Amino acid sequence: MKKFSLLSFLMLVLLTLLVACGGEETGSDEGNGDSDGGGDDAGERHAIIFKSTGNPFGEKLMEGFEDAITEAGDEAILRAPEQPTVEGQIQIIEELISQQVDSITVVGNDYDGLEPVLTKAKDRGIKVLSTDSAVNGNSRMVHVNQADPEAIGRIQIEAVAEMIDNEGQIAVLSATSQASNQNLWIEWMQKELEKSDYDNIELVEVAYGDDLRDKSVSETEALLQSYPDLKGIIAPTTVGIAAASKVITDKGLQGEVVVTGLGLPSEMAEYIENGVSPWMYLWNPIELGYLAGYTANMLVAEEITGEVGDTFEAGDLGSYEVTETEDGTEVLLGDPFRFDADNIDEWKDVY
Amino acid sequence: MTEKNRMNLATISKFREFGLLGFIVLLTIVIQFLNPAFLTLGNLTDLIKNTAILSILALGMMLVLITRGIDLSIGATLALSGMIAALTVSAYPDLHPLLAILIGILVGVVCGVVLGFLVSKVGILPIIASLGLMNAFRGLTFWVGGGEWISAYQMPSSFKNIATSSFLGINTLVIIAIIIFLYFYYFVNNTITGRQIYALGSNPDSAKISGINSHKIYMIVYTMMGGLSGLAGVLWVSKFASAQGNTASGYELTVIAACILGGVSINGGVGKVTGVLLGAVLLGVLDNGLPLIDVSPFWQMGIEGAIILVAVLFNTIVKKTVEKNNRLRRVI
Amino acid sequence: MSTRTINNTQEFSWKRFFLQWEWMLVALIIIIFLINSSISPYFLNYLSISDATMTFLDKAFIVFPMVMIMIMREIDISVGSTVALSSVVMASLYNAGLPMVLAIGACLLVGALCGFFNGFLLVKYRQLSAVIVTLSTMILYRGIAYMILEDQSAGEFPTWFSFFGWGYIGSVPFILVLFVVMAIGAVLLLQKTVFGRRVYAIGSNPTASRFSGVKVDKIKLIVFTLAGLMAAITAIFLTSRMGSTRPNVANMYELDVIAMVALGGISTAGGKGKMLGAILAVFVIGYLQYGLGLINIPAQMLLIIIGVLLIASVTVTNLRVKGKLQKKKSKKKVKKAS
Repeated sequence: MKKFSLLSFLMLVLLTLLVACGGEETGSDEGNGDSDGGGDDAGERHAIIFKSTGNPFGEKLMEGFEDAITEAGDEAILRAPEQPTVEGQIQIIEELISQQVDSITVVGNDYDGLEPVLTKAKDRGIKVLSTDSAVNGNSRMVHVNQADPEAIGRIQIEAVAEMIDNEGQIAVLSATSQASNQNLWIEWMQKELEKSDYDNIELVEVAYGDDLRDKSVSETEALLQSYPDLKGIIAPTTVGIAAASKVITDKGLQGEVVVTGLGLPSEMAEYIENGVSPWMYLWNPIELGYLAGYTANMLVAEEITGEVGDTFEAGDLGSYEVTETEDGTEVLLGDPFRFDADNIDEWKDVY
Repeated sequence: MTEKNRMNLATISKFREFGLLGFIVLLTIVIQFLNPAFLTLGNLTDLIKNTAILSILALGMMLVLITRGIDLSIGATLALSGMIAALTVSAYPDLHPLLAILIGILVGVVCGVVLGFLVSKVGILPIIASLGLMNAFRGLTFWVGGGEWISAYQMPSSFKNIATSSFLGINTLVIIAIIIFLYFYYFVNNTITGRQIYALGSNPDSAKISGINSHKIYMIVYTMMGGLSGLAGVLWVSKFASAQGNTASGYELTVIAACILGGVSINGGVGKVTGVLLGAVLLGVLDNGLPLIDVSPFWQMGIEGAIILVAVLFNTIVKKTVEKNNRLRRVI
Repeated sequence: MSTRTINNTQEFSWKRFFLQWEWMLVALIIIIFLINSSISPYFLNYLSISDATMTFLDKAFIVFPMVMIMIMREIDISVGSTVALSSVVMASLYNAGLPMVLAIGACLLVGALCGFFNGFLLVKYRQLSAVIVTLSTMILYRGIAYMILEDQSAGEFPTWFSFFGWGYIGSVPFILVLFVVMAIGAVLLLQKTVFGRRVYAIGSNPTASRFSGVKVDKIKLIVFTLAGLMAAITAIFLTSRMGSTRPNVANMYELDVIAMVALGGISTAGGKGKMLGAILAVFVIGYLQYGLGLINIPAQMLLIIIGVLLIASVTVTNLRVKGKLQKKKSKKKVKKAS
């Protein structure tokens, strides 16, 4: 008898937990009224899927997305798998298809890997777009791009060239070797370096820190050991740029080796203030999410179809036009934003 | 005969450690040959500094493995305590760094006690219990962090100095690792509890009969592991000046790999502090050295895997041969 | 841990029959269905329930051999890497011009070889534990996958290949049909054949079964090879669902699989547990995740829930075993007294 009561007690605990979580969520996210689907005018549901949970950039991106959607009086669903994997995103998209959402905005963990499931979503009448990290042209109707990859690549070389007076060795510390964004930017960096202005600059190595703190640190240390004359490091990823800056700070190499690239202002505030990184770039994730939210809304309202030449007004951000890319179409947010010692203070608490 | 047996075991483990040491030396020579920057003071300091946290965790894991257990939750425990310590210092910047370390250790100890309780009292297998807790702790880390990271500018410099300061020219991380190493060396060799851990691991049934309180030992082992993970969490966050939800995700496998390389047997009862240290150093050399020599980044993982497998097989073959020789000798 | 009960000699009783762990899992599935359909209006329709199986069944194929492995007191944590390696080999061979059918064959072969290698090392060097061997090969297999594909992704498979992950037979997902067929086979294999009984025998007492003439090595080798083969089948389904592959797919799949097996009532202390339990556990975890996904629960909450569920359920099993033992002891005492 005793064991049976214990057993039922444990089951009870389990169930309470489940119900508690469930109840909490239904309260906050799910409307009670018009639940059985259909794309009515009011109460549309727009979903966004980020790469993984616990990423401040993603949190801000989703915040911006939610702002745009709630302004329009619709409901936003914010999701992210626990690990940055394609498998996790496929599962979430299936769940969203079952919920008959009106649009899915995805920040892809892989360029091609989501094609089948996104095609299924489109077949069920769901509008599909990507933002920040694109999925291939067949899987999406339009991509909301933070900035032109060419501009992102070139501007980082221009920055580092200015910092080291057009002379010396530089290295790149990237995220994972699979990150399609980063690889594209690095390609453009290499193209920019072919210009004759940069004849005295030598790109000695592209290292991969896998967006892990410990690996990024040892890769940076290896770069410094292997190339004692290294003048600059470009890290187009938040973990990488912060880890590289931390190493330079700890080794007291301020002024001898400069760091620049793309990073979150909050992560980089310390190193911009101490001069290790004179300036670096990023776009505003809140605005990017906002634009993506607007685009999703426009697609669902069928004001645009994602074809080249479509134009629309995106609230406070102004008007945008859908343009052609090598693979599919895109909407471009604007140029990357420069963070330096003058403006970092106001941004470090924002994101 | 028992005397003889003990001597044999001693020679085996000594041989194994020399083998490992020899392997490290060989690897060092190869890397040095390919990139002369390897054996420089600066690089060696980096190497030792980067290995400190790994070796602290590996020592704790050794005890767990000796009792035939395993702890997959340490990466998550590390992240949780690091996150909580970072949140605390960002809210109270005037907090003494020692207190921050204590908070981290406390969080780790609580995590360890929960696991120890599940293993010793409830009797859940360590691999399953720690797997479940790994999920739970990782989820908690994301939850307390609220999806945000704690960045460098939010931490007071006293906190960041834990990892960057030095004492007598030696980095604090390294000093902490050395203290823990010395303590463990004393603990497992000279205290009754230390010996009981080995006894329990090599034969749980007879250990119980001989009056060893197995519940107590399991609790001690997992609590120590938790406390060390908590400490490592604070050191980690201080070293990298950033706390994320996914800090050290999957790091438990690296720690276990260090133990295995160091000759700790998963079947319990076998493992030496010096061996584990060498195992951690070997992984440290690989992590530091492979980026230095011109190996394609895509080959690094395969090379590491092959080296671990070779080392494991080498260990076993040596042990087998030594045992065979002993057996032959005994017959004569 | 050191105590073991022998169930098969006991006489049949309805009470014991319904107190089995498997019924607990069935009850859990029913409860999850009830909760899911009450919290989400999108759960209780055929399309939802059948499509859900497509999202969680891919890794479930590895559950079959993992049950046998864990009954034999071993473990295999290299299966996730085996999935990645066989998937990468299949894709790159196809892209190199091999017909798709042969590429699939190669995928199965690579998977089986990976498993066989694990088993071979374990059998050849008996002092090595499975954790050590499969931890090393886990790193090695994924490392090889990286060597092959580097930073590329491979894919652009023929359209029929998407049938595996996305196709229906009638209105039932193909993956579900195959899973059910294989599940029946696996239950029969473990519960009704000599082979299955030997697996249990090895788990209850490896040395005794070795002396009593059971070919322990051969059975271990077969089961580990099977694990590799099933990982390759998972690779086929996973690759088909993604339409392309990369060396970093199926990360940490081993832990998901082990969680399913543990929830199914199989203990790594050896010799205990049933195939059916693990199969039911697949659906428990699968539908729990799916249902919580339908109300868009944050991923960190999901992590906590699954962790707690795993521990709670194993606690219950343990308490039941302890309870049974006490009962037995008291019965014995009663007998002696009378």
